[in-house]
Amino acid sequence: MASSQILFAGFGGQGILFSGKFLAYNGLIAGKHLSWLPSYGPEMRGGTANCSVILSDTPVGSPIITYPDMLVVMNNPSLDKYEDAVVPGGKIFVDSSLIERKVNRTDVEVFYVPATAMASENGLDTLANMILVGKLIRESGVVDFSHVDAVLDKIVSARRQELKAFNKQALELGYNYVG
Amino acid sequence: MAEKVLMKGNEAIAEAALMAGCRHYFGYPITPQTELTAYMAKRLPKMDGVFLQAESELAAINMVIGVSAAGKRVMTSSSSPGISLKGEGLSYLAGCDLPAFVVNVQRGGPGLGGIQPSQSDYFQATRGTHGDYRTIVLAPDSVQEMVSLTIKGFELADKYRMTAMLLADGTLGQMMEPVSLDADKIVTFEKPWAACGTGMKRPNNIINSLSLIPEELEQWNLTRFKRYDIVEENEVMYEEYMMEDAEICLVSFGITARVSKNAIAEARKMGIKAGMIRPITLWPFPKKPLLAATEKVKAFITVEMNMGQMVEDVELATRCRRPVLSCTRCGGVIPSPDDVMGAIRKACELGGDAK
Repeated sequence: MASSQILFAGFGGQGILFSGKFLAYNGLIAGKHLSWLPSYGPEMRGGTANCSVILSDTPVGSPIITYPDMLVVMNNPSLDKYEDAVVPGGKIFVDSSLIERKVNRTDVEVFYVPATAMASENGLDTLANMILVGKLIRESGVVDFSHVDAVLDKIVSARRQELKAFNKQALELGYNYVG
Repeated sequence: MAEKVLMKGNEAIAEAALMAGCRHYFGYPITPQTELTAYMAKRLPKMDGVFLQAESELAAINMVIGVSAAGKRVMTSSSSPGISLKGEGLSYLAGCDLPAFVVNVQRGGPGLGGIQPSQSDYFQATRGTHGDYRTIVLAPDSVQEMVSLTIKGFELADKYRMTAMLLADGTLGQMMEPVSLDADKIVTFEKPWAACGTGMKRPNNIINSLSLIPEELEQWNLTRFKRYDIVEENEVMYEEYMMEDAEICLVSFGITARVSKNAIAEARKMGIKAGMIRPITLWPFPKKPLLAATEKVKAFITVEMNMGQMVEDVELATRCRRPVLSCTRCGGVIPSPDDVMGAIRKACELGGDAK
């Protein structure tokens, strides 16, 4: 059974839920079974936020992720909280502009991407999340990069079409980043 | 089948209600069900419907009574503390034999509690407020089922002239899953009892829950319970999951049934024959399959996000022929598959003897 359990975590406002939504729509277009579960409540107003996405070839059981295969973290508290939960052999994607420490685990693959700095240098200030997603797509193959345009069509609001190009640019930056 | 779309559970309920022909929504926002209210606020005015954010939950449920009396499909929704406020109206709906569709996207309690998911309104939903009456309680475990059970809920409410409640929780309300929105099975009913104008062609229909004559009030109750008997006979819904050879039977509804499925997969890897009976209707409760399961399983385990409120229903249904354990978390905490595995191991140690 091919199933990927992906956990995004960071501060509210970093686009954690949107990153998850992007992967979920990729799954929808690819005809996979999937679930998308956000944290909700006070997190939305600036605390820590997280989002669980499961993409699977078979029906999804619990949408709650206890042991992620892939963890994308955008702040220190999230790395502290979830590092130990990642399955052995799993992948951790770290925004190394915001998280200074290294991952302690030695039985997982770690990708350090200075996503926030890269976003800033490229005039994509709010899109560090999508840079990390780009890297995740490259390293995991969990979704097909060729679906990106179709997914952005679905999730970027019709009134903000100019944002599609920025999102794609951020995804490509991450996809092509070699650390 | 329609193309699948991604929707949050709360939005899926709202869309399904529109598909079922509901054009009147009265509610008051509360986490974690607010997306439902927001969806209705956006859609209903464009469909010639009525969306009204009432001044309180109490006002909203009384508006439901009014529209239902006029013979229209109508709903309200809230989360746990808000449902308590609607309690009086729920009893009046029953006393008036009026159909209504009510959604409870539960959060932790009691009191103001928290905003994280919970199933701690099981007693309230299945037992109700004052007076002798029943509520049909539907417990979806996926966003797709939130659609199908919303449509079914409106149908059952009209068919039996009673409230159908969709009992969900914060997780189901907030999560997104692919759903197909098929609208080809909408069943509607004539409502000759409705107070919608006589056209000077028939006597008035009077809708009322008050009688000061005990014998008359008793008769109303007896008539109502004859209808409830038919509901119990005909409308039980449940899912049997890996029960063919099961020795341990989990009993779980809603989101915890999903967690249980993961635990069952784990248990089976270890050679433990676990299965599940998932009540889809909490009332009427699936008594028959549970009683039948006592013939083959060693123990039952309820998996719930409350302090074990379903345990006694399972004990009654199974006549206490097998031990009934519970695996519970509460206050907004969701049990993990590991929690459930722990309970399964404990049940294995118990063997087959009754407590």
